[in-house]
Amino acid sequence: MARVVVNVMLKPEILDPQGRAVQGALGRLGLTGVTDVRQGKQFVIDLDGELDAHRSATLDKLAGELLSNPVIEDFTLTVSD
Amino acid sequence: MSARIDSVRIGVVTFPGSLDDRDAARAIRIAGGEAVELWHGDSDLKNVDAVVLPGGFSYGDYLRCGAIAKFAPVMSLIIEKAHQGLPVLGICNGFQILCESHLLPGALTRNDHRHFICRDQKLRIESTDTFWTSDFEVGQEIVIPLKNGEGGYVADEKTLDQLFAEGRVIATYQEVNPNGSYRDIAGISNARGNVVGLMPHPEHAVEALTGPSLDGIPFFTSAVRALVGAS
Repeated sequence: MARVVVNVMLKPEILDPQGRAVQGALGRLGLTGVTDVRQGKQFVIDLDGELDAHRSATLDKLAGELLSNPVIEDFTLTVSD
Repeated sequence: MSARIDSVRIGVVTFPGSLDDRDAARAIRIAGGEAVELWHGDSDLKNVDAVVLPGGFSYGDYLRCGAIAKFAPVMSLIIEKAHQGLPVLGICNGFQILCESHLLPGALTRNDHRHFICRDQKLRIESTDTFWTSDFEVGQEIVIPLKNGEGGYVADEKTLDQLFAEGRVIATYQEVNPNGSYRDIAGISNARGNVVGLMPHPEHAVEALTGPSLDGIPFFTSAVRALVGAS
């Protein structure tokens, strides 16, 4: 059993209106000094058996084709047992 | 491609969550074409001469707008044929699908002001060298409905420069930039001019009873005229 976590974030140069909204709310709720908030997505993918090279390569490919849009987003992929 | 001279067949794809497929079909008929229903699960394009990807919320806009739709069986056929020259018009969600499919550069992101917007939008036609805009004149101003939550067009500076330099920006927003689109871009085409994406909705401006104008019709007559001429 393997667990793969893919984190997807908008590229730094892309405006993040949701992050902006959260930043505003944090300020209104009493948190001072918030200079920026960026909102991303996390995919937690559980697999049966071992993560072999083939499935690892497939996951890496799909993280860039399905889970994220490389035009506007970056992703990181980590494996945890 | 259809060899029939008397009929231009334009397919309209219905995805789960499409909203504007019927209006797109009506616009095609008003423009003199035959509207052909295509289903997202189809593995056959039914011999259509062109395709419209309509507006809506395909697959609930899950993941990203258009991200699931690009993997629909019918889309793999459309992507393949579009690379070979099949005319494709993507409206709103259809534009998002075309960007996700990399048939068009850039991406559509959440409106900069974070609100869903619905308004009659003034546009300026910037290019008539495409399959879907040849019935306009460059500089012509039109008003058609706009309705989106994630309609902000973004691309890197190099791509934006290239789009303008190559005449591939087909329409720009006038008076108001309604969603934060870079350089007021409302619609673009691919280099060949057969694939066009547009965020506002020409299919809602084809009848006096329901639209703010009839300014949407030329998008569809452009295609019908070109296809009649080609057959």
